[in-house]
Amino acid sequence: MNVDLLLTLPVLIPLTASALCVAAWGAMRLQVAITVISSAALLVVSLILLMAVAHGAVLVTRFGDWAAPFAIAFAADRLAGAMVAVTGVLGLAVAIYAMADVRRIAAISGFYPLYNGLLSGVTGAFLTADLFNLYVWFEVMLIASFGLLVLNKTRDQLDAGMKYLALNILGTLLFLAGIALAYNAAGTLNLADLAVTLQSGEQGAVGDIAAWLLLLAFLMKAGAFPLFAWLPASYHTGSIAVTAIFAGLLTKVGVYAIIRIYTLVVPLEGTLLQPILLVVAGLTMVTGVFGAAVQWDVRRILSFHIISQIGYMLLGLALYTPYAIAAAVFYVVHHIIVKANLFLVAGVMAREGGSYDVRENGGLALMTPFLAVLFLVPALSLGGIPPLSGFWAKLMIIDAGLEVEAWILTGVALAVGLLTLFSMGKIWAYAFWRAPAGAVRRTVGWQRMVPIAGLAAVTVAIGLNAEPLVAFSLAAAEQLIEPTDYIAALLPPEGAAVAEADQ
Amino acid sequence: MRETDPGYVPPKVMPSPILSASAGLLASVMMVIAIVILLRGHNAPGGGFIGGLVACGAYVVIAFAFGAKRSLKLLGIHPVTMAGVGLVLAVLSGLPSLGLGIPFLTHLWSDVPTELGVLKLGTTYLFDIGVFLVVVGSFTAFFFMFEEN
Repeated sequence: MNVDLLLTLPVLIPLTASALCVAAWGAMRLQVAITVISSAALLVVSLILLMAVAHGAVLVTRFGDWAAPFAIAFAADRLAGAMVAVTGVLGLAVAIYAMADVRRIAAISGFYPLYNGLLSGVTGAFLTADLFNLYVWFEVMLIASFGLLVLNKTRDQLDAGMKYLALNILGTLLFLAGIALAYNAAGTLNLADLAVTLQSGEQGAVGDIAAWLLLLAFLMKAGAFPLFAWLPASYHTGSIAVTAIFAGLLTKVGVYAIIRIYTLVVPLEGTLLQPILLVVAGLTMVTGVFGAAVQWDVRRILSFHIISQIGYMLLGLALYTPYAIAAAVFYVVHHIIVKANLFLVAGVMAREGGSYDVRENGGLALMTPFLAVLFLVPALSLGGIPPLSGFWAKLMIIDAGLEVEAWILTGVALAVGLLTLFSMGKIWAYAFWRAPAGAVRRTVGWQRMVPIAGLAAVTVAIGLNAEPLVAFSLAAAEQLIEPTDYIAALLPPEGAAVAEADQ
Repeated sequence: MRETDPGYVPPKVMPSPILSASAGLLASVMMVIAIVILLRGHNAPGGGFIGGLVACGAYVVIAFAFGAKRSLKLLGIHPVTMAGVGLVLAVLSGLPSLGLGIPFLTHLWSDVPTELGVLKLGTTYLFDIGVFLVVVGSFTAFFFMFEEN
């Protein structure tokens, strides 16, 4: 497949699907068909893209065929390829789950166009190599996710939606201000061009302030301490399909943006931002896990655990050794699959047991042994029990921490892992292990069970055969720390010549 | 009864005869101008977005004069469907170049000789028409939503 097509399709497929779903307004079966087919196509294309970048190639396309620093470019290295591939996996899984989960009112109000729109925003953010274009994809995600959040139009959802929107718009404004200052300092927003210009060291304070503002904006999007208030305020109100795709992808786009910008454009090492990010990572882990400890609603427990897990990923980046960044990459991939799966399981738990509150639940292990197994896989993986994927993810982070003798943060990471296990144990002990609470069981359907089983299989597969993904993460980290290929692909010599001729 | 009281029904306002007499003419002129702006955008200020806004104005005038139902009928299809079709068209306009192995959204032109001179037909037209339909569809959808409430 040619490179232009390969880089465009991951955005084009969901975008077209979204447009077709809007055009098929009112025809629900058609919208479902479009969504499932397009998600499957997205998965296929994203896997082809992953294979194309797996050996270290950096693919670039410039829209409209404009010259190098001026065109809006999409670029894919190993990290971007992996993120798009995971998006493909999750997109298809949740699309199938949604066939059973989305209520009629939500479907009529536009679940399918918004869902596809969200996927196009996410893949666009992973692939773009232009700072302003990144902002555009963040906006696409924000609009689509706000729409998805308030689909059922209940009082809870509108309340949560307003908090979500207000706080995220604040992050968006910070992002925009950062972009303006970066453009002021460097005169360009192409990531490679920006990297070259800002690192020439002549930009001074304006470039620094831009870097601070952008980090603040991305930390907010990622749900890091102390800017995560929007996340637990809103995630539990959406339908399960919506919450699962949010939990899997939205905050991780923020993490991805931090990894991309603070390795390529403003390398973190030796800057004032590095110790700050280390502290933020530690506090994010701790506050998230303590927040989860006092919750009883499965969805709220899981929401707070998203925050604590974000801390691990940030810790990986902030340690800034090749091994630590590889650990962060591994962690992101593992986490997207596991966390989304836990939410999908929570949806089935509530149908089987009658409630999201674990205290009102019970006896699920006896009632549905199969579901119990499918809960244990992602739950134990999240807690870091071998041989599941989470064990290797945590092991790599902790190993990387010990390597640079960051004793305190490594200790925090270990303790938070134990507390995570405690939280998962709480869900297990109440909802699964107790005597049945006499709940009303409702039909579950294969549409819910197949994606859960599929994602659990991925988790087990990564756990039992971690070597390929570890090797891939290490290679990806190498590409991130030494981004000469990425910059060369985005700024070819003839492009530079055009830029000079233009001045 | 005040407006805040429950069960308050706003009084029926008699439609202004001036408005209903002139609305048809006004809307037609606006529609023509909208299409001129749309086509003009090819080489001069204008284009699908602005043209779409003006066209939306035409439907709003009809809605004020004769009610939203009449305006919707004139629109032919559901406004949201129209926006979706427009988005599909805009995406389609970028595809021919991908088929030729050049990046997405690289626009292509062909010179069509006519009696008046050479007509430059390009994929940008398709893009602009797509934008036009998205704007008309989404803005009228918003407007009619408020009308209904």
